[in-house]
Amino acid sequence: MKLTKDQVKHVAKLANLPVTEEEEEKYSEQLSKILDYIDQLNQVDTSDVEPTFNVSGQTNVQSEDKLGVCLPQDDALSNAPKKENGFFVTKGVFDNE
Amino acid sequence: MAYGETQAMTKYEPVIGLEVHVELNTKSKMFCRCSADYFGKEPNTHTCPVCLGLPGALPYTNQQAIDDCIKIGLALNCKISEKSLFERKNYFYPDLPKGYQISQYRWPLTVNGWIEVEGREEIRRIRINRAHQEEDTGKLTHHGGSTLIDFNRSGVPLVEIVTEPDFESVEEIRDYSKKLQQLFRYLGVSNADMERGDMRLEANVSVKREGESELPKYRVELKNINSFRFMVAAVDYEIKRQIEALEIGERLSQETRGWDEDKKCTYLQRSKEEAHDYRYFPEPDLPPFFLDPKKIKEIKNSLPELPWNRAKRYQTKLGIKKNDAQHGRKHKIIPQEIANYLINKKSDINTLLPTQIIEEILDKRVGVIENEEELEKMAKEAMTENPTAVDDFVKGKQQAIQVLIGAVMRRTQGKADAKRAREILEKLLK
Repeated sequence: MKLTKDQVKHVAKLANLPVTEEEEEKYSEQLSKILDYIDQLNQVDTSDVEPTFNVSGQTNVQSEDKLGVCLPQDDALSNAPKKENGFFVTKGVFDNE
Repeated sequence: MAYGETQAMTKYEPVIGLEVHVELNTKSKMFCRCSADYFGKEPNTHTCPVCLGLPGALPYTNQQAIDDCIKIGLALNCKISEKSLFERKNYFYPDLPKGYQISQYRWPLTVNGWIEVEGREEIRRIRINRAHQEEDTGKLTHHGGSTLIDFNRSGVPLVEIVTEPDFESVEEIRDYSKKLQQLFRYLGVSNADMERGDMRLEANVSVKREGESELPKYRVELKNINSFRFMVAAVDYEIKRQIEALEIGERLSQETRGWDEDKKCTYLQRSKEEAHDYRYFPEPDLPPFFLDPKKIKEIKNSLPELPWNRAKRYQTKLGIKKNDAQHGRKHKIIPQEIANYLINKKSDINTLLPTQIIEEILDKRVGVIENEEELEKMAKEAMTENPTAVDDFVKGKQQAIQVLIGAVMRRTQGKADAKRAREILEKLLK
């Protein structure tokens, strides 16, 4: 299955990744190969198999609603490239919240 | 429908669906045990690796939130799913540290309910598509050329309630929104304060030719509107705008619009070209839920009387007019009763709803002790118990009788008529 350059562009946009024209070509090839591999997997007859989304075998895992410990503000912000008055700072997004 | 009657020949009818988001008032967040009480707190002080989306952190579901979502679903006549899964809703935006929101899509907790709403003339059923569980995002503040992020709100439990496109008028929207707000407060699952953002409304609006059975090919999403009044104004404006556009042969497209209160009009926020593609898939970090019918039954039995059922009961049992029962007005409750209620309960007027007060006062009235002998007996007991108050009153200190009235009210658990109790006490003290 061939992934078009437009589809690559779309996926890159959704992930907010800048992609050059050269990369579009390269990724379209690479991603198409992955899809081919999936096609190969799809040939296996799975009509008797329940779809599995979680392999832990656990169900209904829940936790009581009580307070745990939070990170101190300094720690929470310690990996931030930019911070200001206790906030993380990013490039302006003018789309509203 | 009356829309478009003044325009040319064609009549139109609006097609409206609503999405309501409500933040639950659990102690901790949806998938970690950070405090969910974020309002007005120092930024980024209620976070941990889970709600900051740090690599390797694993979510842990809040049981109370799941129960609260089921309560909401049950109150809206939804079917509780036997199996429920969380899914990842992928999109890229700075309010979302993981790059996805944990939400529900194909296996919501509750589905296919309904609620009765009152519009212009008749009471109609609005179908509820689902009430599902998800998590809130961080809060963004736009500041000069940059955006500030506070993740205290990230991961706070959020329930989303989606209707089918069944609304036919803004009156129905108003009634529905108010009913839901009242419901959340009755169930005690949220404060549902619109201004604080506890409860948020979104409307999907389109119009079609009257009588046409097919739904329109486009819909306009009205978002980020933080009051009932603005939402009603926005929908009203949007219906008229769309009819006018169709009348001059314009084609309407899928877009998101907001409400400009100063200009009293809606404005374009996002057009179709940027429409999201969320690529939902089941959250591999959270095992599935299988909901035990016994537990559902327990939750169902624990639900309080729902506000609309209570309103109906007042109408039939107490003969209160429909409007009064619903809006809590003109109950012939005297101001003194309300004052007594507030003082006795040491209530916080800022959080109490007028309807709530009226209903609780009415609730007490239902059981008012009418029996004179019984009241007299309790008055005597109150006097024996409070000799000082009796003494003071006899010596001329009029207000000492309040202590005795209070004692009678306590003995009757508030079910005595305070005025009648005073009369009896005065008679006995003479």
